[in-house]
Amino acid sequence: MSAFFAIIHRDLLLVMRRKSEVLTALFFFVVVTSLFPLGIGADAALLRKIAPGVLWVAALLSTLLGLQRMFAADYLDGALEQLVLSPQPLVLLVAGKIVAHWLVCGLPLVLIAPIIGIQFDLDASSLYVLMGTLLLGTPVLSLLGSIGAALTLGVRGGSVLMSLLILPLYIPVLIFGAGAVYANSVGLDTVGHFSLLGALLILALAFVPWVSTAALKIAIE
Amino acid sequence: MTPTISQTSNKSDYVLQARALSCVRGERSLFSDLDLQVHAGECLHVRGENGVGKTSLLRLLTGLSKPESGEILWKQQAIHVESAQYHRDLLFLGHRDALKDDLTALENIQMYAAIDDVFLSQEQALSSLWRFGLRGREYLPVSCLSAGQKRRVLMARMATRQAKLWILDEPFNALDVNAIHALQDLITEHLGRGGLAVLTSHQNIDIPNMKVLEL
Repeated sequence: MSAFFAIIHRDLLLVMRRKSEVLTALFFFVVVTSLFPLGIGADAALLRKIAPGVLWVAALLSTLLGLQRMFAADYLDGALEQLVLSPQPLVLLVAGKIVAHWLVCGLPLVLIAPIIGIQFDLDASSLYVLMGTLLLGTPVLSLLGSIGAALTLGVRGGSVLMSLLILPLYIPVLIFGAGAVYANSVGLDTVGHFSLLGALLILALAFVPWVSTAALKIAIE
Repeated sequence: MTPTISQTSNKSDYVLQARALSCVRGERSLFSDLDLQVHAGECLHVRGENGVGKTSLLRLLTGLSKPESGEILWKQQAIHVESAQYHRDLLFLGHRDALKDDLTALENIQMYAAIDDVFLSQEQALSSLWRFGLRGREYLPVSCLSAGQKRRVLMARMATRQAKLWILDEPFNALDVNAIHALQDLITEHLGRGGLAVLTSHQNIDIPNMKVLEL
């Protein structure tokens, strides 16, 4: 288990030394979501209606920006081989890298979403629901994204290919995440949406690290 | 009498064997029916022209790639059976240094110790870096070090890793005369403790108990 925390610590340390890469993804989220209110104008009712979809699509795309980095740097400098040859189970190290990616690319989105939400005139309960869905949904995005990042290692034009591979897999998260916020705003029950998001998260936690590990082993060979 | 016997049997436990190994890269067959055996305290120097398959052989021995046919045994057991145990005994250094440019030399050493599940105190890490002439550079990011200094960081890692089997791809690259001697001493010391080493190099190296494999 110490290797799991060691790899998280390492990846976070690397991010701290090179902040620009992370801030790019975060600024992308802020800028894209701020463009909509500016472009559409002060029609509060319309903004409230499109807010969940816009915020969630922006979250998907900004997660995608950080994904390429997840394994590529380690692959290029040979560190990935060292991870494969570590006495620790590789799946533990891969899980650590996914957690580090979420802490860097997912968690900040959850935290700034309420501020962005105000631009869309969302009320307090909608903001809570939005944060809740992002909290459950963004780990799924990091998990599923790790499969794409591992599969496209060493492939020329890998980032475009990865977007094509991964974005369709994000659709369920998008539907239930945005759906919950919308349902809440029209006064419907959101328990169903949250249960489904939770189920997606549990399912992804149970399978994805092993799938990504297998994909990494293929890439190394 | 008994301790001697148990010691010899312990020693002979550590043996790396390859049987009828063959390797194919793309359409080309690099080598076939290759047998090799390295015992505790021995060093195998793999030699040959560029592109003859030295690195491929080393990667096969680490288990990073799978052979076309044949098998590799560590302590009489196929390496993929008890791979966690094999990885604990193994240190592989490829021709890429696997050091993180943005981390300092000390952080790199400590990070690998944590990932390799080896206990390493800060003093031990520092003294191993000092041993290889990195005094005063332990807190510099690795990106500020020269190619030779990066290899010295790797030597510090070799000294602290506590592995039985070293598989080293071109370890003498980019080293100056003093560092070459230091590395030879390090390998000799490792063999003296009953370790094994497999390495490739285009240089003539001076290590006792060395076998040469011409590919």
